[in-house]
Amino acid sequence: MRLEPKLAPSLAVTLLFPLAAIATTLVLTSMLVLVAGASPLSVFYLVAKGAAGSQFALMETLTRATPLIFTGLAIAVAFRAKLWNIGAEAQLYIGGVVTVVLGTGTLPLPSVVLIPVIMVAVMAAGALLLLGPAVLKTRFGVDEVVTTLLLNFIVLLFVSMLLEGVLKDPMGLGWPQSQKVIAEAQLPRLIQGKRLHYGFAIALVSAVLVWVVMKRTVLGYEMRAVGHNPEGARFVGILVNRTLMKTALLSGGLAALAGFSEVSGLKGNLTLDLSPGYGYTGIVVAMLAILNPLGVIASAIFVAGIFVGADAMSRAAKVPSYIADVMVATSLLSMVVAILLARFRIRWR
Amino acid sequence: MDALEILFTASFWVAAIRIASPLIFATMGELICERAGVLNLGIEGIMTAGAFAGWFTVYSGGDLWAGVLVAAIVGAMFGLLHATLTVPLGLSQHVVGIGITLLATSLTYFTYRLALPEVTSPPKIEPFQPLPIPGLSSLPVIGEALFSQTPLTYLAFVSVAAVAWILYRTPIGLAVRAVGENPSAVEAQGISVTGIRTGAVAIGSALMAVGGAFLTTSAFNSFFFQMINGRGWICIALVVFGSWRPGKALIGAILFAAFDAFQVRLQQISGGIVPYQVFLMMPYALSILALILVARRATYPKALMIPYQKGER
Repeated sequence: MRLEPKLAPSLAVTLLFPLAAIATTLVLTSMLVLVAGASPLSVFYLVAKGAAGSQFALMETLTRATPLIFTGLAIAVAFRAKLWNIGAEAQLYIGGVVTVVLGTGTLPLPSVVLIPVIMVAVMAAGALLLLGPAVLKTRFGVDEVVTTLLLNFIVLLFVSMLLEGVLKDPMGLGWPQSQKVIAEAQLPRLIQGKRLHYGFAIALVSAVLVWVVMKRTVLGYEMRAVGHNPEGARFVGILVNRTLMKTALLSGGLAALAGFSEVSGLKGNLTLDLSPGYGYTGIVVAMLAILNPLGVIASAIFVAGIFVGADAMSRAAKVPSYIADVMVATSLLSMVVAILLARFRIRWR
Repeated sequence: MDALEILFTASFWVAAIRIASPLIFATMGELICERAGVLNLGIEGIMTAGAFAGWFTVYSGGDLWAGVLVAAIVGAMFGLLHATLTVPLGLSQHVVGIGITLLATSLTYFTYRLALPEVTSPPKIEPFQPLPIPGLSSLPVIGEALFSQTPLTYLAFVSVAAVAWILYRTPIGLAVRAVGENPSAVEAQGISVTGIRTGAVAIGSALMAVGGAFLTTSAFNSFFFQMINGRGWICIALVVFGSWRPGKALIGAILFAAFDAFQVRLQQISGGIVPYQVFLMMPYALSILALILVARRATYPKALMIPYQKGER
């Protein structure tokens, strides 16, 4: 068996492959639905209805998509330069920590000043957290996959320590949770009375900005060059290590914004269940978008829809809501195969 | 009790060897994959699936050894999926590995909820009991630590010897090591690189799953969510720390487990002055530190993470 490169695929073909991957995912997961003793068509209908069947459902999906856009962007940026940041979960939590440290009354500033200050500090903290593994990679040759993964556990324990220690809410009845952020540090709702908040708008703007950086700046070009062929990049005079550092700063900062947006826009305080794995799901979001920053918006909404829809579905049908996690993981694997088939032709002899 | 006195108690070493056992299985599994040139990041999910499969088999009325066998088969299946995507198709081992971890974990949780819909505390099984080896088990300290363990712990040590023997003393082992260093030379000998790599990943994944099953059938007696808790990632660090050699990796796993057992006891005698989370962080921090220490002189298998295409150089 051999793989032969195809000519550059057209836009239509490029768009067709994510759809094919999704179709494959539906076929594979419908087998699980059958095992669970339900009808796949009605289950998928209930998932779709739960995700987008009403204004409430749609708002819920967009709210859930918000942190996924940030982590998806973080992964897309890092993977483009082949910096394997699997630590978005840790960066998200650090973003949450900084948000409550600065947002619970420490800085008595008006909203228009306070929110940008918090955002900058949050991004800096996330960036620094990923800088460590990036330096270990470039200076010592330590694989960043393992270090970022292990840091997820360390940071979560660190957050747990803070929530039972200095950041513990004295009025929290003993629960490990922080105080609520003050009104000036809260992101307002996009629509009065709905849960969707300005974090979603910031996520959309971030996606556009990241797209501009990746496509229209020297840094973006260098990142793509380093990811495509580090030797070649070095040969044409790109400082590979420095580019990886910049990638790490950008990626860590974006992931940390997810934590900021969740605390400041949705939850109000920091708890240990701030993220049900948004950092890991961001990997799927980025891959479904073929690492395209604008595509991340669509894939984050799609993935969020699966989770929101499956929650609603599992209340109606007797299929565990973990089907959503299975669908998301399956779509990741189908997608990488689909990307391969879009670019290569398989010759069996 | 003094902190240093802990090191001389038999119960400490019994715990250390027990903690080491699942790590030994999974580290050997990862080592086989990496020696064949494939980084298997599916390890965390495969261990989760193995933990569940072993426990669920026993819970459904199966024998304990049947549980271990089912876990191994489930692990091998995920290994085959991983190998299909990364070996002949040559897809990114990073992305596929994370994908396998997500898939194996979510499938496990889905199956658990499907089988036990309304259960809040997972049902218990009768796990492996310690099997003292006559004679050896009455030796002071090491008798209790090494020879009064459960059968699965003995199997973990046997697996190290078996992996070392196969890798260094058999033609198959030579082929596995060679596809991790210089695959085209192996192909030139008329041996299929794809076949060797696929087999190595499947068998390695089976060992990882048995490591997971150790937790549910030997160390504890039931399955709960997030019970692997990063052990898979630690095993990846242990493979690097052991320079891809079974013997060194075994020593690494025991040292690591001893440290882990030590930190639990230190936590008990520290009297709550230091937050308990600091102690829980130590194993992960130690793994990162170990990676930094060995990184400079690490000699990776040369073809690690490089997909092989027939006829390509």
